[in-house]
Amino acid sequence: MLVALIINIIAIGTLVYSFTQSSRKSIQALKTALMKGLKLAPWMVGIIVLIGIVLSFVPPEVIERYLGGEMTIYQVVAAALIGTVSMIPNLITLPLAGSLIDSGASYTTIAAFLTTLTMVGFVTMPLEIKLLGKKITFWRNLLAFFFAIIIAVIIGALM
Amino acid sequence: MKQESIAGNLKKLAIFLALTAVILILMRYLFPEQSALSLEVMRDYSKEVALIFPPVLVLMGLADVWIPEDMVKQYLGKTSGWRGILLSLFLGTLPTGPLFIAFPIASEMLKKGARIANVVVFLGAWASLKMPQIGVEIQFLGLEFAFYRAGLTFIAVICIALITDKLLKRSEISWGKILKE
Repeated sequence: MLVALIINIIAIGTLVYSFTQSSRKSIQALKTALMKGLKLAPWMVGIIVLIGIVLSFVPPEVIERYLGGEMTIYQVVAAALIGTVSMIPNLITLPLAGSLIDSGASYTTIAAFLTTLTMVGFVTMPLEIKLLGKKITFWRNLLAFFFAIIIAVIIGALM
Repeated sequence: MKQESIAGNLKKLAIFLALTAVILILMRYLFPEQSALSLEVMRDYSKEVALIFPPVLVLMGLADVWIPEDMVKQYLGKTSGWRGILLSLFLGTLPTGPLFIAFPIASEMLKKGARIANVVVFLGAWASLKMPQIGVEIQFLGLEFAFYRAGLTFIAVICIALITDKLLKRSEISWGKILKE
């Protein structure tokens, strides 16, 4: 919430400063912001609904069942896949990851899960395609998935 | 013209919200157990997006009128090299919201002439190298794990960006479809 407060203060401050420089340009900026906001709003609503639905079918208990316990290569891939399809707020994920480690899960698995969770977004892909094009979206996500597994394996070796 | 397009977009949004309501009601009847959890998650995310998205939009609008394309090209364009990569990395690590908020910003960067590598670095850093996030990570997973993960992710983000940049040409990218007027 502190982050939200800071961004709002920065935005308002910048806007006020902008108005002191040129009100014509500032009004133009606000119009642009409004139009973009209206265009993007349905996407934001859609993504939020999808995130909610996906998470409710892949709840923390299920993740715990798959990611806890003895590490296998399947488990690492499964962890990366679960991280890919779900979008869980960090406030839930990091404590969950911590408790999984405490209950015996391997660092490799957790690293794979956390990395794809943040870098690869399945639910948000339609929006990413619309805004950045199919090619960037495809390569960015695919490469992030593979690098997540590499990162996980190296962390497993280091720790 | 402008008026029409505002009305058109509002209409789309209204249809979308109605559709969402139908889905949520269906969920409630078909999967009552999941419904409660998903509503809770949706509420949390909505709150975050409602608080963060408007100021991000205003800042994007201001950037649009005040930052000339030449400047974006100079600092983040084709010839920006490692300085461009580092600047994008820094911009991405500033504390903000979920990754999907960064997509419109990334799209604007591309439109104004930023290099593909820089845009991908920006997204990667935004996704997994956020400073507050690393703080919480240290708390729950320990300094050693957080240090290795952040370090390796840092290298990975740059590799991903450079590979993507090598594979794609700017001319074959069809970006920004919904932001074009």
